[in-house]
Amino acid sequence: MNIVVCVKRVPDTAAEKKLDPEDFTLDRDSVESIMNPVDEYGVEEGLKLKEAHGGEVTILTMGPQGADKNAVRKALALGADRGILVTDDRLHGSDAMATAYALALALAQVEFDLCILGSESTDARTSLVPQALGQLMGMTALTDVKQLEVADGKITVHREEESGYAVIESELPAIVSVVKGINEPRYATLKGIMGAKQKEVQVLSGDDLGIDPAMVGLEGSKTEVVEATERPPKEQGELVKDEGDGHVKLADFLQKNKFI
Amino acid sequence: MAELWTVLDHDKGDLKKVSLQMLTAARKLAGDLGHEPAAVFLGTGFDAAKEKLAAYGAGKVYVAGSEDLESYLVQPAVEALAKLVEEKQPEVLLFPSVPAGKDLASALGARLGAGVVADVVDIETDGDRLVCTMAVFGGAMNTRSKIKGSPQIVCVKPNAFVAEEAPGEVTEEQVEVQVSDAAKAARVVERVQQEEGGRPAVEEAAIIVSGGRGLAGPENFRIVEELADVLGAAVGASRAAVDAGWYPHQHQVGQTGKTVSPQLYIAVGISGAIQHRAGMQTSKTIVAINKDADAPIFGLADFGLVGDLFKVVPALTEELKKRKGS
Repeated sequence: MNIVVCVKRVPDTAAEKKLDPEDFTLDRDSVESIMNPVDEYGVEEGLKLKEAHGGEVTILTMGPQGADKNAVRKALALGADRGILVTDDRLHGSDAMATAYALALALAQVEFDLCILGSESTDARTSLVPQALGQLMGMTALTDVKQLEVADGKITVHREEESGYAVIESELPAIVSVVKGINEPRYATLKGIMGAKQKEVQVLSGDDLGIDPAMVGLEGSKTEVVEATERPPKEQGELVKDEGDGHVKLADFLQKNKFI
Repeated sequence: MAELWTVLDHDKGDLKKVSLQMLTAARKLAGDLGHEPAAVFLGTGFDAAKEKLAAYGAGKVYVAGSEDLESYLVQPAVEALAKLVEEKQPEVLLFPSVPAGKDLASALGARLGAGVVADVVDIETDGDRLVCTMAVFGGAMNTRSKIKGSPQIVCVKPNAFVAEEAPGEVTEEQVEVQVSDAAKAARVVERVQQEEGGRPAVEEAAIIVSGGRGLAGPENFRIVEELADVLGAAVGASRAAVDAGWYPHQHQVGQTGKTVSPQLYIAVGISGAIQHRAGMQTSKTIVAINKDADAPIFGLADFGLVGDLFKVVPALTEELKKRKGS
């Protein structure tokens, strides 16, 4: 079965993030980038399915030129077969829905049985892309999947819900988003890292995909950031060392603030 | 008059708190924009919800009471909503910013070509536009966004608004649901409850008590649960605790878990690595209990208690029980 895994390059969690003062997009030059940590589970799931059912794993990403370096190359080193980077200056500043539109056009060029995404990225965290992508591809995205099985041309998943999970069955092709913990991502081997250098990363522009420029980028996005402000750092409050009555002092604090 | 809709979150008619919070916000926003507030009830159980909807001033409610909306994932609800939107042309739709609500908002936005913002913690108005505030980069920054075109689709975080009663009449308008075959592609085979329904969900809770590595083992989460139950709180967990298999992932607070901003967050045995802070630092009041006085979590805490959690937390639970009883 052929699998596409979508990955995103995100700023390292520990890095200090800056927004461009002009257009409020992330100043990517100012931070270290990594593969979105949740996407690592998507890549692993794709590789596991390939091992069980055969086929190819394609890694799809969208971003500025060079965005494939960290995210796509890493997945290729882990065992994915090839990569696709969608890059175009006109995509700069695309919001979640515009991103889903561009990804849908890219996905339409690949024959796939299953498309896997991480349930959210650690930078924007909106979780909007998988379901929007599903809609644009004419499929229902199975989101927040914590267990996944493919058999007889069907996919059965366990979808994380508030106090348990739902078992959902769907026809293939399908789109799923996976949560952290669905598997144990593997580590790249030296052989894998060396081998990845031989693997092809196809670079596609907006024109290659037939993207309507009026639908993407800062202008084409239907949402617009009008202001960005740093939150003032929180001030440390009372610090009490327990000397046998710490619980009483804390209970006083909770009572004073009307939590009981 | 154009309408401003609240798409209600409920479990078979048992309304989630976020629904009541959204109804309150909707009334105010509709007033500012000169719209009429209305609510949308998708799925079964409307009769059970009616009284509460009246108490919180829902006004007009569109009811799409088909079981198909629960038997199949997302798509039947999207089809029903899209049809209703085309018919009634609302200017604004509010959805709960929880996984199911975001799925629906995102699918509807894609289908209609409308703008969607998620994780909204505050909403103001500017002319006919909403100005939505979101916390980004783990709460390090706030951004304010506007949506172009119509309708404006906004996912509202639980606890962003305070629910206020506004008793009134509820008028229901039944909506016919016709589900296409294509919409039945993703079938719900069964729903499995793994936990007793007693505790609130992490995303929704006004109070969260979270446990971390300091608990030293899964059996000690009992200490956290007992404190949570006295406070009517949800139970959260740090990445370390979840990765060690001590508590399920849907309870994880932090970068690869949930982002929460409850009224009160109590961190028990959590050192406060940046991955954790990214998920909880916008909480209104933060309490930390840790044996290490240098733990970074204390830098955020309104009240920090340096001590042995195995002594302090059970004693606190007993103390709170005593005070509640008196």
